[in-house]
Amino acid sequence: MKSLLIKNGRVIDPSQGLDDTLDIYISGGLIKQLAKNIGKKAADVIDAKNLIVCPGLIDMHTHLREPGREDEETIYSGTRAAAAGGFTSICSMPNTRPICDSRTSVKYIHSRVLELGIVHVYPVAAITVGQNGEEIVEFGDLVDAGAIAFSDDGRPVMNAEIMRRALEYTAMFNAPILDHCEDLNLSDEGVMHGGYVQSLLGLSGIPGAAESTQVARDIELLEFFGGRLHICHVSTMASIHLIRRAKKRGVNITCEATPHHLTLTDMAVKESNFDTNTKVKPPLVSEENRQELLRGLQDGTIDVIATDHAPHTAKDKDLVYIEAPFGLIGMETAIPVLFTDLVHKGIITINQMIEKMTIHPARILRINRGTLKPGSPADLTILDPKKQYTISSEKFFSLSHNTPFEGKKCRGAVDTTIVDGKIVFSKGKIMGNETV
Amino acid sequence: MKFHHKHLLTLEELTREEIELILDNTTGFKEIFTRSIKKVPALRGKTVVNLFYENSTRTRTSFEIAAKRLSADVINFSVSTSSVQKGESLLDTAHTIEALGADIIIMRHSCPGAPQLLTRHINASVINAGDGPHEHPTQGLLDAFTIKEMKGRFEGLNVVILGDITHSRVARSNIWALTKLGAKITIAGPSTLLPKAFARLGIRICTNLREAIQGADVINLLRIQMERQRKNLFPSIREYSLLYGLTEERLKWAKKDVLIMHPGPINRGVEISQEVADGSHSVILRQVTNGVAVRMAVLYLLSGGEEV
Repeated sequence: MKSLLIKNGRVIDPSQGLDDTLDIYISGGLIKQLAKNIGKKAADVIDAKNLIVCPGLIDMHTHLREPGREDEETIYSGTRAAAAGGFTSICSMPNTRPICDSRTSVKYIHSRVLELGIVHVYPVAAITVGQNGEEIVEFGDLVDAGAIAFSDDGRPVMNAEIMRRALEYTAMFNAPILDHCEDLNLSDEGVMHGGYVQSLLGLSGIPGAAESTQVARDIELLEFFGGRLHICHVSTMASIHLIRRAKKRGVNITCEATPHHLTLTDMAVKESNFDTNTKVKPPLVSEENRQELLRGLQDGTIDVIATDHAPHTAKDKDLVYIEAPFGLIGMETAIPVLFTDLVHKGIITINQMIEKMTIHPARILRINRGTLKPGSPADLTILDPKKQYTISSEKFFSLSHNTPFEGKKCRGAVDTTIVDGKIVFSKGKIMGNETV
Repeated sequence: MKFHHKHLLTLEELTREEIELILDNTTGFKEIFTRSIKKVPALRGKTVVNLFYENSTRTRTSFEIAAKRLSADVINFSVSTSSVQKGESLLDTAHTIEALGADIIIMRHSCPGAPQLLTRHINASVINAGDGPHEHPTQGLLDAFTIKEMKGRFEGLNVVILGDITHSRVARSNIWALTKLGAKITIAGPSTLLPKAFARLGIRICTNLREAIQGADVINLLRIQMERQRKNLFPSIREYSLLYGLTEERLKWAKKDVLIMHPGPINRGVEISQEVADGSHSVILRQVTNGVAVRMAVLYLLSGGEEV
């Protein structure tokens, strides 16, 4: 494996509290040395002057659609979209066809990634068989097969007793439950956030309480019965309040928010004239709720930024609003959007952004990544914080184009993505067709 | 003044002046109704298509008569309920209709925003004839026209919209038109059917019928639908009628010259009693007549006509 020297970059590694101009020497797929002015010779040299070098980004919430909906995304296209978005590791959610609820499914994903993937993929398995919400999966066998976590994402576990048993049982393996919180009776036929804009548009609303009542329930279950709980795509003020209070009293809970919930509001539905690329679960919330998400991001209540990349074809999205599927893609827009709307506006620091996309998800997932400590796998992302970049779905590596950020003018982009010491993406191009 | 919109999708997006322009034109077209030959050549050679994804005899017929009185060729394109389930067919149908040469498509659909989707894919003008609970602009205009005709003004009028506001496109279009024209709006009904967020529009929200209609110049009643009861939004039609049914006795709480309006079809004995529906305050049939004139004005202005 070729050696690589990255020179003169601003190296930010929150796992070591590091923010300094340093060189990084990589060899054998590992980080060997971090120091000023490394004199060693390397096969490849990258000059990272004016750029930021950080641990490879981790997206712990994506949908790769394979197997089952290869017209929307595949492991081939999804891992390329990840690389282009600066992500060196991603978690794949289990709501494929078939649902990833068995050793066979986990092994299938692993074999496809080995064959076609260019970033690391950590399969998340379902909590219940077929995500039916009734019968728990063989957690032990799945952990052994390589499932990194468990989630019925997209189909919340409505039965509190099932969630209780899942938390209790998975505690044996220290595997987190990635919890999609939504009371289906409250969300009912809702298609957007319940509130002022929804009232104007006459679309059915999903009240914020659909999320927060289940967040409250699952915090109670966690405290009573133990386990590891990570709340997915938190979107409302009430949920943030509940999680913040739980953390204050020492509950072992974590959560994530998405770039779209952090930067868009329900006004996007109106302003886009009912563009179905604004239809997502949980729905884009009101500005008041969004402001609380930003406070949660600042004070650490929100541990992780994850994209909930959910590809859908144009054919499926070009329907009237109530008939179109929920979901939007996010891996290739995350960094430009976060830089433009959060970092450059001074809402969070670049260090905060990076820690929520590297060491925090790595710790939750218990993987030896998200850090530049010598000896660690050489997963790195190089960011260009000043690059002018206009989002154009035509250029995406994802098979799908369902983004609400089409045409957005951004400042800040991904320059290079390095996985296990190999450059997989650089300056707009996927490098070679090698697999990891 | 010319009308500068290609489509009529909402009243929210119109200015007061644009609404007034439509109402002024309506007066001119209504005058035609008194002639022995109720037809003008304004839209001769134009093709108007009624594309209705929901059953509606009233609105469809009203548009049809309006277009015919303007000498347009009118085609009614009813879509079977089964194909409504598939959104692809909406765009496919629209493309087909456009290929047939439609100049104006009048569309009703159960989903808010459906006409907006249509405008992104075709070149014809689109008139929204009701998109789910969102808007029904020509109904809002005909209600405004009827109030103007009967009261001569909007400023300072107390207009109460009573019933299921949450699921009503009529309510939303009325709210936009009448607030822009200067009337004071109260929405009234059971709390589960009143969007609380509407307070932000500066309108009064009231759950008590007596308080709501005290001092009212106009009461616009909405049809109450059985399916809302199945969703537990109110316990029974009986209870709805007990709390909100408009009877002659209760009508005394409003002003003496109060107007009773209803977009129809009415549920006699539920939201409105027989006596009130047919009584001297009722302008329900006048609304139907005015609907044709308003739709003529809209069709005329959208096809580029100057003020009549």
